[in-house]
Amino acid sequence: MLLTLAWRSLCNRAVSVGLTLLALTLSVMLLVSVEHVRREARDSFGRTVSGVDLIVGARTSPLNLLLYAIFRIGAASNDVSWESVQALQQQRQVAWLIPLALGDSYEGYRVVGTTAAFFEHFHYGSAEPLVFASGTGFESPFSAVLGAEVARQLGHDIGDTFELSHGVANTSFVSHEDAHFVVSGILAPTGTPVDQGVHVTLQGMEAIHLGWANGVPLPGRAVDYSDAALLQLQPDSVTAVLLGLSSRSAVFGVQRSINDYKAEALTAILPGVALAELWTLLGAGERLLGAVTLLVMLATLLGMATMLLASMRERAREIALYRAIGARPWFILALIELEAVLITLGASVLGVLGVWAGLAWGQTLLQERFGLFLSSWPVSVNSLVLLAVVLASAVLLALIPAVAAYRQGMAGRLKPAG
Amino acid sequence: MAINIRNLRYRYPGAGDFALKLDHLDVEAGSSVFLQGASGSGKSTLLGLLSGLLEPEAGTITVLGQELSALSGRERDQFRARHIGLVFQQFNLVPFLTVEANILLAAHFAGKQPGAVRSVPALLDRLQLPASLLARRADALSVGQQQRVAIARAVVNTPELLIADEPTSALDADARDGFMDLLFDLQRECRMTLLFVSHERNLARRFTRVIDMRELNGQLPAGGVHVADSGVA
Repeated sequence: MLLTLAWRSLCNRAVSVGLTLLALTLSVMLLVSVEHVRREARDSFGRTVSGVDLIVGARTSPLNLLLYAIFRIGAASNDVSWESVQALQQQRQVAWLIPLALGDSYEGYRVVGTTAAFFEHFHYGSAEPLVFASGTGFESPFSAVLGAEVARQLGHDIGDTFELSHGVANTSFVSHEDAHFVVSGILAPTGTPVDQGVHVTLQGMEAIHLGWANGVPLPGRAVDYSDAALLQLQPDSVTAVLLGLSSRSAVFGVQRSINDYKAEALTAILPGVALAELWTLLGAGERLLGAVTLLVMLATLLGMATMLLASMRERAREIALYRAIGARPWFILALIELEAVLITLGASVLGVLGVWAGLAWGQTLLQERFGLFLSSWPVSVNSLVLLAVVLASAVLLALIPAVAAYRQGMAGRLKPAG
Repeated sequence: MAINIRNLRYRYPGAGDFALKLDHLDVEAGSSVFLQGASGSGKSTLLGLLSGLLEPEAGTITVLGQELSALSGRERDQFRARHIGLVFQQFNLVPFLTVEANILLAAHFAGKQPGAVRSVPALLDRLQLPASLLARRADALSVGQQQRVAIARAVVNTPELLIADEPTSALDADARDGFMDLLFDLQRECRMTLLFVSHERNLARRFTRVIDMRELNGQLPAGGVHVADSGVA
């Protein structure tokens, strides 16, 4: 009966209740999505790279190197010469080495020039290896291995061919028309930037730049695209190098020797340290965002309490009537509280569904634009705890109108004064 | 004896003067009493005290043999729900509930299942209201219909005492006569005690007893023994 009464009473004040519900729903959406993005971002940050001991690039800040080598955000200001890569390869402690040549794009996805070592040694998450959903690694200089998302979005399958354009914009005016790549493999989804990558061989990548200078084709220059000729190709430089060491204890020694490398100005970073540094940087913003979100939520809940309190005036007769036909004062307090709880629960459900729908709709956009990999279901233990806190705050703040109603009921007037 | 009041004193919180000084009132069970008085004469206060919504500062109120001050707040609410039916001048019904829900709400507060009270459709029929009203929202009814539904709501728990506070003030002459007829019919049928408060003197002739509120409230010297305020905090 209490529930029916609360529900009918809310429906009866559809406009003011609806507005309150809307405001609260938006606050819940804000709260849930901030919490979700925070958690997912932290997770996906930690998941992006595993098993790599050092990341090497041209002299730059560790964060910048991490961002372009691993997250494929931004561009390198300088390259690492192939001579330096070879010198690294010679180092005794280096067990394996993955060169990464970035800078080209295909349909808006980053093209990554690399070697077979990438599929063998690159790990993500908790030391999970890359797995082929179909096909295999590189078979020829013009082989390409697509990340799961690229294959899905572009509908490519094994054996499909495509051309590459120069630069990272998704509409490039200059296409490498002669060089056709063949899809040899498609990777299983990883939830990391690897899903967004078009992986090609270093030779293939070098080949499409043959006969080009300063980013435009040289007129009248014919290029020999036979496999035999291509296999002889060596890149002049790569963008970054991922290193695996034979012994982890060697990591600081190797890092120092790379940082002190005389022939070229290089930077070597530990992925874990750089990730932590990046997270600290984002953490401050994250905490600020969290605080703002909580304040917005508090303001909205106060708004609800105000709405309920304001309605007490018009409901004075209603309350007097309940008392006259035998309602206890507690019944009236419970009625107002229940109304607040119903609004809050409704807003929580709507808010979560709203975030879910928004994520399902905006997921691709977030991945493409910001490299954020968010699962679309935003409910976690943390967000449930937050919503429980919201509900508890709603109950607490609704005590203001509820106690006013209780006192009104206790006043014992059969009719409101006047 | 339906109502028995002795040396009653009531003062609203913070107020200096007594809103009600009532030394003596007995109302026989089954009688119909017309309580007449202008606004401010203490009528509403008396009704609040009789229904157990207010607690007297001094004196005793015994309703249907039960002394109200012996009951806890919870018990008084329950007593009111079960034994006293109230009909007001207006706003007798929760506007956003259906007619049926309004009547059953009273049963709910009395702690009774819908099956344990008078049949709602029969009650509506008895009050010459069409059964189609049951599912209508209370605020969709005419004032006359609302007042009749208010009677149905008041008697659904078969109370022994029916208190009507200016129930006809909002009605036109025709509707008022019909309302009074039904009220008296039901009162006789259910052997209820009827306490009817109104300032409309011309209604008084139908009642077995007429009491002037001013006289009762110690504002007129006639009738009742005036008791000094001494002995009252």
